[in-house]
Amino acid sequence: MRREVPLLICAIVGFTLIIVYFVPHPPFSDMRDLFSDWFSVIAAFAIYLGILNLLKNSVDKVFRKRSGWGFSIVIIAGFVLFVFIGLYEGSDFGEIGTRYYWLYDRIYFPLMATMFAILAFFIGSASYRAFRARNVEATVLLLAAFFVMLGRVPIGYYLTSWLPEGWRMGDVANAIMTYPQMAGQRAVMIGIALGIVSTSLRIILGIERTFLGGE
Amino acid sequence: MHPSPDIGIWIGGLLTLGIFSFLYGDNPYYKFCEALFVGVSAGHWFITLFWTVFIPKLLGNIGIAIHTFRTEGFAAGMSDYMHWSYIFGGILGFLMILRLFPKIGWISRWSLAFVVGTTAGYYFINYLVSNGLMQIQKTILPLTSVGNIILVVGTFCGLIYFFFSKEHKGAFGGLARVGIWFLMITFGASFGYTVMSRMSLLIGRMDYIFGIWLGMIR
Repeated sequence: MRREVPLLICAIVGFTLIIVYFVPHPPFSDMRDLFSDWFSVIAAFAIYLGILNLLKNSVDKVFRKRSGWGFSIVIIAGFVLFVFIGLYEGSDFGEIGTRYYWLYDRIYFPLMATMFAILAFFIGSASYRAFRARNVEATVLLLAAFFVMLGRVPIGYYLTSWLPEGWRMGDVANAIMTYPQMAGQRAVMIGIALGIVSTSLRIILGIERTFLGGE
Repeated sequence: MHPSPDIGIWIGGLLTLGIFSFLYGDNPYYKFCEALFVGVSAGHWFITLFWTVFIPKLLGNIGIAIHTFRTEGFAAGMSDYMHWSYIFGGILGFLMILRLFPKIGWISRWSLAFVVGTTAGYYFINYLVSNGLMQIQKTILPLTSVGNIILVVGTFCGLIYFFFSKEHKGAFGGLARVGIWFLMITFGASFGYTVMSRMSLLIGRMDYIFGIWLGMIR
């Protein structure tokens, strides 16, 4: 029951979705839509599991007065505020002008955007420390990054505006993106495809069982 | 300087500054904003999934099934019966929650197996077609221009580099080395793009602070 049933579920679902590609007619096409919806429902429950775990740990921290318990209150308060307003607003919660949209626009979005924005400083400092043109490969990487970055900002155009059309910084960046970058990316994409295809087949056939964990 | 009179803009501005304060060092102001971000993110995803998945896909379909049974009884068609099957989806989802209880947590493997099986079946075809076959098809080009030659040679040499069953020596090693150069250009360009996207976000936040909030720039 602990291992056989999951392997059977995995094989049936996996094979059904592969068959759907070759036989896109009922009942297989209906099965694809059904499995897709079930997948969304299970994924939603999985995220709820994570949220419940977060709340459980936060409440536990507050009751035991462990270090930083005040911040756990902030986590719980933020969660409760969004959930209450979101439930109150109904299925149109995301519409412009609703209370929920106000909270999203004034609290969630600034926090999220700034969290990603400060990565600019960390990327800058990390690359300053890590990137050295020690060999040909590292130099090629640095040059590609340099041309792509400079080709995407106005100063790149100003600095090379005296050059003929097709040789300016923006044109060089575009050429890098269209040819050598695309070539490398295709090699990576084909490699990823081969890896995913073989791993998927191993999972569906029950050879790869690590997702079942121990016992 | 014309600061915004909108209290919401002030809240957004203060939270933005709170996150930026981490650049000075870890501090209670940042920790408050970080905890708030964690809480509101959890709340946002809870509500989004509730109204976009839980209600329409699960309860909506089960509701249709109950309604059809009440009005038509056993005379309902096969497609109407399909709505009942969403109960299994709900049960599989609920089994996932059992992971919180160690003694019966193993049952959640059934839901996990469904997710893994669906992903494997879906990816098997999609990656094979779009990332594999279509990329190969687009790479097989006539060698009539410098661009096409770069694309064909770069992709071929990149794939040679990823072939680890043969030692990278001699002519094979030379091709693999050329492949590394192409991969380095790809990584460099990706790095440049990532930096530029973060810079764009940073400019957006600066515009928010100095333009929308404090009214120092137009």
